[in-house]
Amino acid sequence: MRQGRMRRGGDGFATFMGGMIAALAILAAVAVSARQAEPADGAEADVLSIGGSVTEIVAALGQAHRIKARDTTSTYPPELADLPDVGYMRALSPEGVLSVDPSLIISEDGAGPPEALEVIRAADVPFIEVPAAMSPEGILEKIDIVGEALGVPEQAEALAAEVGEDLESAIARAEARAEAPRRVLFVLSTQGGRITASGTGTAADAMIRMAGGVNAIGDFEGYKQMSDEAVGLAAPDVILMMDRGGDHGLPDDELFAMPPIRVTPAAQSRSVVRMDGLLLLGFGPRTAEAVEQLSQALYGGDA
Amino acid sequence: MAALTEISSRPRDRHARARALHWALAGVLALCCAVSLQIGAAEVTLTALLGKWLAGEPLTMMERVVLFDIRLPRLAMGVMVGGALAVSGAAMQGLFRNPLADPGIVGVGAGAGLGAILAIVLGTLLPVWVTDIAGNHLVPLAAFFGGWGSTLLLYRVSTRGGRTSVATMLLAGIALGALAGALSGILVYMADDQQLRDLTFWGLGSLAGASWAKVLAAAPLVVLSVGAALVLGRGLNGLALGEATAAHIGIDVQRTKLVAILAVAGATGAAVAVSGGIGFIGIVVPHLLRLASGPDHRMLLPNAALLGASLLILADVIARVIIAPAELPIGIVTAVLGAPVFLWILLRRRGLVDL
Repeated sequence: MRQGRMRRGGDGFATFMGGMIAALAILAAVAVSARQAEPADGAEADVLSIGGSVTEIVAALGQAHRIKARDTTSTYPPELADLPDVGYMRALSPEGVLSVDPSLIISEDGAGPPEALEVIRAADVPFIEVPAAMSPEGILEKIDIVGEALGVPEQAEALAAEVGEDLESAIARAEARAEAPRRVLFVLSTQGGRITASGTGTAADAMIRMAGGVNAIGDFEGYKQMSDEAVGLAAPDVILMMDRGGDHGLPDDELFAMPPIRVTPAAQSRSVVRMDGLLLLGFGPRTAEAVEQLSQALYGGDA
Repeated sequence: MAALTEISSRPRDRHARARALHWALAGVLALCCAVSLQIGAAEVTLTALLGKWLAGEPLTMMERVVLFDIRLPRLAMGVMVGGALAVSGAAMQGLFRNPLADPGIVGVGAGAGLGAILAIVLGTLLPVWVTDIAGNHLVPLAAFFGGWGSTLLLYRVSTRGGRTSVATMLLAGIALGALAGALSGILVYMADDQQLRDLTFWGLGSLAGASWAKVLAAAPLVVLSVGAALVLGRGLNGLALGEATAAHIGIDVQRTKLVAILAVAGATGAAVAVSGGIGFIGIVVPHLLRLASGPDHRMLLPNAALLGASLLILADVIARVIIAPAELPIGIVTAVLGAPVFLWILLRRRGLVDL
């Protein structure tokens, strides 16, 4: 009896090892097919671009053809979606990054983990870090650094001049529209019925101000989960959210029915603005467009 | 008479089987190591490099970095972490005589988590010279001391008059875990954006941050702790009969408990510190081995080290390659790979999973 049970136990183990070997075979097949699937781009593609706004700047400089691979946050322009994706910029794999064999890496500040960056730097691949920005000047600096890294300083100068002008006029128009500034609450998430909103010192806060609004929250920094009553106290006139596209977003009816939101002026006037996350918070070449969109959404009308 | 012969021949049968399994597992581990060095996102293979080396050609910078700075330290870390977690799991299940016990039961996970969160959120408040010296190692160090500290605290709480109550330890462990969880929660609330992201990735567990510095820092501790756990076989076998019986057959029960707890705290603490929280290995590996070769801890512990290491390395290879050039968190792979097989065995062999 015991003997029989033991033998069957051994079968279970054999099954397990069999499973592992099968997994290994599948893995080998996947590895081979992944290698074949890599696009055979022109010889010029040599840049790994990390960070949504950095990739946008590279493209805006007319250098999109030089991008060989990107990270998950690089979603614009959409044509780049077919390029190899090295993963989320804060969780890069050193071997994955090196495997796309870039001769230049341009990365937004905040890429990581630090251990991965250390290894990547050890491989002698030039690694240009672009500081994060939350102001028009910051965007121009980003453009300058990216242009320098790509060896196209003239284009960068031209783009910076254009973007700077656009920003200036967009901000001026927004200011003119905002005769009675509206209180805006940027809601990052409504997970589990709790509101996570932006305080001061964030990209969302900077955008709200540039578009002529007032951040409904002034008493904490960063993104925090708020109590229902605190949301009511913030009394936003408008809710600002990231657009998750398609049916993924929260329908307006549900949003305005949420207890913390229901008591706000925003719910009474059913005012919600949804914008693409990278456009709204990226601080890249399209930020002037974002300011214009947001300010029009807040105050209506055109220039 | 025939039945008697069968019974008396059983243990030897089992031993032969366990020994054969031991060598088979050693072979599997060697194979997994070779695969881990061979396959990766980069087009660098061990066989190609060996060919180059034999032909006397120099390796390129890229090849050297991929092999020596990425895959080798990662492999070494995978062996250590996988072995440490599996042996710790086996020792804990033996000590608590509970098939659900894992290293987390002595508070290592919760303590390490609290330590890591403390370092991530409050690390900026430390004097500059401390952060300068610790650098990237601040979080692993804090995690290790958090795990080790909470285990020692738990041991003190549940030891009275030189006798450790395993039941008290189990319950006090839950209480301390809740407390550590609450403190972590407060810190999470204080954390800013960047820190929250760091916390998330720390919690997922990965071998991606492997470096020689981490390997060298963790190695002495893991080797010492796993070594100590490996000699516990006889003591844990005795404890399986109950504490009183174990004492009667000449086992120093208190010392067995102390060594087991310290070894688990050391091995798991070091593993969690360098790789974050990787679940599953500590529970599944010992059970698989009990199914295969019985509950004798003298074979179970070393076999657990071998199978745990193999499984983690294999999971890491898959994590690295399956969505290359990006990478999956390894915890996902260990669970996806092992959980269904484990469940299937469990359902087919209901009643076999006992200690």
